[in-house]
Amino acid sequence: MTLAARIIPCLDVKDGRVVKGVNFVGLRDAGDPAELAALYDSQGADEICFLDISASVEGRGALLDAVKRTAERCFTPLTVGGGVRTPNDVKALLAAGADKVSINTAAIQTPEVINEASAAFGAQCIVVAIDAKQTAPGRWEIFTHGGRRETGIDAVAFAQEAAERGAGELLVTSMDRDGVKSGYDLDLLRQITEKVRVPIIASGGAGSLQHLVEAITIGRASAALAASIFHFGTHSLGEARAALAAAGVPVRTVA
Amino acid sequence: MGLGGWETPLPNLDTTAPVQRVALIDYGSGNVRSVERALAEAAQRAGLAADVRLTRDPGFVAEADAIVLPGQGAFAACMSALSADAPLLAAMTEAVRGKRTPFLGICVGMQLLMTKGLEHGEHAGLGWIGGVCHVLQTTERLPHMGWNAVTPTRRHAVLDGLVPQRHMVFMHSYVVEPDSADAIVATADYGASFACAIARDNMIGVQFHPEKSQAAGLDLLARFLAWRPA
Repeated sequence: MTLAARIIPCLDVKDGRVVKGVNFVGLRDAGDPAELAALYDSQGADEICFLDISASVEGRGALLDAVKRTAERCFTPLTVGGGVRTPNDVKALLAAGADKVSINTAAIQTPEVINEASAAFGAQCIVVAIDAKQTAPGRWEIFTHGGRRETGIDAVAFAQEAAERGAGELLVTSMDRDGVKSGYDLDLLRQITEKVRVPIIASGGAGSLQHLVEAITIGRASAALAASIFHFGTHSLGEARAALAAAGVPVRTVA
Repeated sequence: MGLGGWETPLPNLDTTAPVQRVALIDYGSGNVRSVERALAEAAQRAGLAADVRLTRDPGFVAEADAIVLPGQGAFAACMSALSADAPLLAAMTEAVRGKRTPFLGICVGMQLLMTKGLEHGEHAGLGWIGGVCHVLQTTERLPHMGWNAVTPTRRHAVLDGLVPQRHMVFMHSYVVEPDSADAIVATADYGASFACAIARDNMIGVQFHPEKSQAAGLDLLARFLAWRPA
């Protein structure tokens, strides 16, 4: 098998602007998602992810505009999530230039939306995002609304259901690890990757290159998503690729 | 343009040649804007004058110098969307099969070249290259997502210079199996080897997404635009 493990820089976007500070020199506008995406594209990002946290209609419009401008300049896959509720929301993002759309809260509240979106646009562009917190040894539950609302739903069982309903990928975020930089929740990843056949994107907790490696080698994820280690220039995408390659993980050659 | 790791440079191009009209077939398939942008970018980087149009105008398709058929989603849904626009399909068929206009099919746009597709039941395809589209037989995770190495299996102008093991972006679960192995011009390996590029006469199809494969993909698109099949 020669499929390369993917490293995915993720940008939190609100009202069309990058939320968390980004520490790059030489960028004309470090708050512009399109500008940052182009930078990551030029560094050989395997994929780029935008997570929209806007709450307003205006914010959605600004996001669509940012997606459009990104698709103009970036020739690499773009995944966009946040606030996606209906197949029409999926359609609007795909039309703007997203290659994949991630569904989060709506997938939990009305799981039929997974079937509908998958049937309409194809499983390959439907990602279901699962935000999970460990509630007991060996048990993780899904939290929605940015981790504030508990649902009591078993994350591993829901992962299986989402895949059966037509999700082409699962973006699994550990809410316990998110922002903590202590590494991905490898037990959670293992539980899900063992039970589900679609590719899994590991998210939440990346603080070092070793964490990226572990997500793939121990968590068995197909891709590792990270934000701050790239945004603050702690590590470059090139360093991340080299660390994976050194651990024997297949990575792609970047010209 | 930068070769992006390709072994041989693009053939010398007559940049004073008339503008190439490139018809990107608009039949409601998702994310065609990326293909449109990538074709324009590829042309610009290669110094080619190209008028890339997302179109359903049979007149433009009939007169086009190159035709690109994108495709995303299920085989049957794409085929019925294409068939629903009879004048467009007729113009494309006449251009590709009669006039021998260079044709590139991408992802499902390539799968539609087959005689039939087996996704959600059996459905007729265009049948321009004999064969069947079926689910990828592999023990690996599906869909097959991300960057995988492409290995050319025989020479073709559009793939010429493609370094073996060059990575391209894939996003699919179904693959083509042409009746004749001669139609296969490149393979990829994902638990099993499968045809990821097929070609016959003036037609070429790729399972991967050149429009999403950075420099390597843009290079392939430029080679397609420069392609003058015999």
